[in-house]
Amino acid sequence: MRIAAFSILRLLLGLVPLALAGSPAALAADDGPTVAIGNFTFDPAKLSVPAGTTVTWVNQDDIPHTATNAAKLFGSPVLDTDDRFTFRFDQPGTYTYFCKLHPHMSGTIEVTPAAG
Amino acid sequence: MTMSDGTDRRGLLKCMAWVGTGVAWTIAGGVPRSLPIEQALAATLDDLLFVQISDSHIGFNKDANTDVPGTVKAGIDRIRTLPKLPAFMLHTGDISHLSKPGEFDLADQLIGTARLQVFYVPGEHDMLVDNGASYLERYGKGSRGAGWYSFDHSGVHFVGLVNVVDLRPGGMGRLGDEQLAWLEQDLAGRSAEQPIVVFAHIPLWAVYPEWGWGTEDSAQALSYLKRFGSVTVLNGHIHQVMQKVEGNVTFHTAMSVAFPQPHPGEAASPGPLKVPAGQLSRLLGTTDVVFKGTTGTLAIVDQPLAEA
Repeated sequence: MRIAAFSILRLLLGLVPLALAGSPAALAADDGPTVAIGNFTFDPAKLSVPAGTTVTWVNQDDIPHTATNAAKLFGSPVLDTDDRFTFRFDQPGTYTYFCKLHPHMSGTIEVTPAAG
Repeated sequence: MTMSDGTDRRGLLKCMAWVGTGVAWTIAGGVPRSLPIEQALAATLDDLLFVQISDSHIGFNKDANTDVPGTVKAGIDRIRTLPKLPAFMLHTGDISHLSKPGEFDLADQLIGTARLQVFYVPGEHDMLVDNGASYLERYGKGSRGAGWYSFDHSGVHFVGLVNVVDLRPGGMGRLGDEQLAWLEQDLAGRSAEQPIVVFAHIPLWAVYPEWGWGTEDSAQALSYLKRFGSVTVLNGHIHQVMQKVEGNVTFHTAMSVAFPQPHPGEAASPGPLKVPAGQLSRLLGTTDVVFKGTTGTLAIVDQPLAEA
């Protein structure tokens, strides 16, 4: 239950930048946090989640992007406007990713051990 | 055209900072001078003329331009009205928006109405599917690696480079070791007198690294080009005209025929620039390049779809 509560909190936190960007529709379908891709940045650029969390990326730009882990643990297809990609992080660790098309765009998912 | 030695460096630098549309450049002995458009176009009656089109992004349909096929057609139509038939066309990438077969089909159909031979290099938008297999199948015949190649025309050596594949986190455009080794070999043994034209999608100079507008290993490529007396580098990707001169090398980026992008740092991101409808056709266009074989001079003329 603590994990679920934590996820909801993360979801709410994740909504803040989306609301500021004026795109409240970009809500994750899963009960995990969302990384908004907008203005050629990942927002939030660094996200900390407990293991077992599903993260959703949604592209809000007029230009396609990807969320690609250089170590190939995860990698989205090319996301056109409003396209989404989800990935469930089961193993604790720090995972960096970038956009294959615009490699100056980078982000980090920090996965902490699941609360026990 | 006059070629006096009295170069006004200050005036030159001022012009180089932002090259507006409709400005013609001529390069002699590595020194560029602006010249009236009429003179540049007059030269086309005698000399090698080729055209550059870039960033057609067929498939893009967002607010910045909801009729991309229409503006691409307008760009091609302008090329068709040139007083002299161009020898060929260079397309410096982002032919399509999402590498879809239907997008490539429509681009081919529109560009084909120019009835010119077209030399392509890919943009990152053309290599989104199967590591670029669909691009290479369609446009990469006779090329190497990810699609690079060279050819000679009218005494000028043309080199098409690919700097949009296998990009690295935190980086910019990238040529890669295999292509650099090929380039070194391709240029080795050539006379330093031979004019060189290099074309690639992402600029080969650091336009604005904060937006990834540059090529991280371009210095290596430029080191192979240093000994040549006349080097012209034609790029796209940034959807606006910019020019820089470094020694004997002139760097020039072309407008897009699809949508404009903001000047470096003047917006929150390099995303498509939305402008009032009447302004769009002044910010889109193609580029004419005139090469005067007898004097070794070269003129680059940016042609917006509509004059301001």
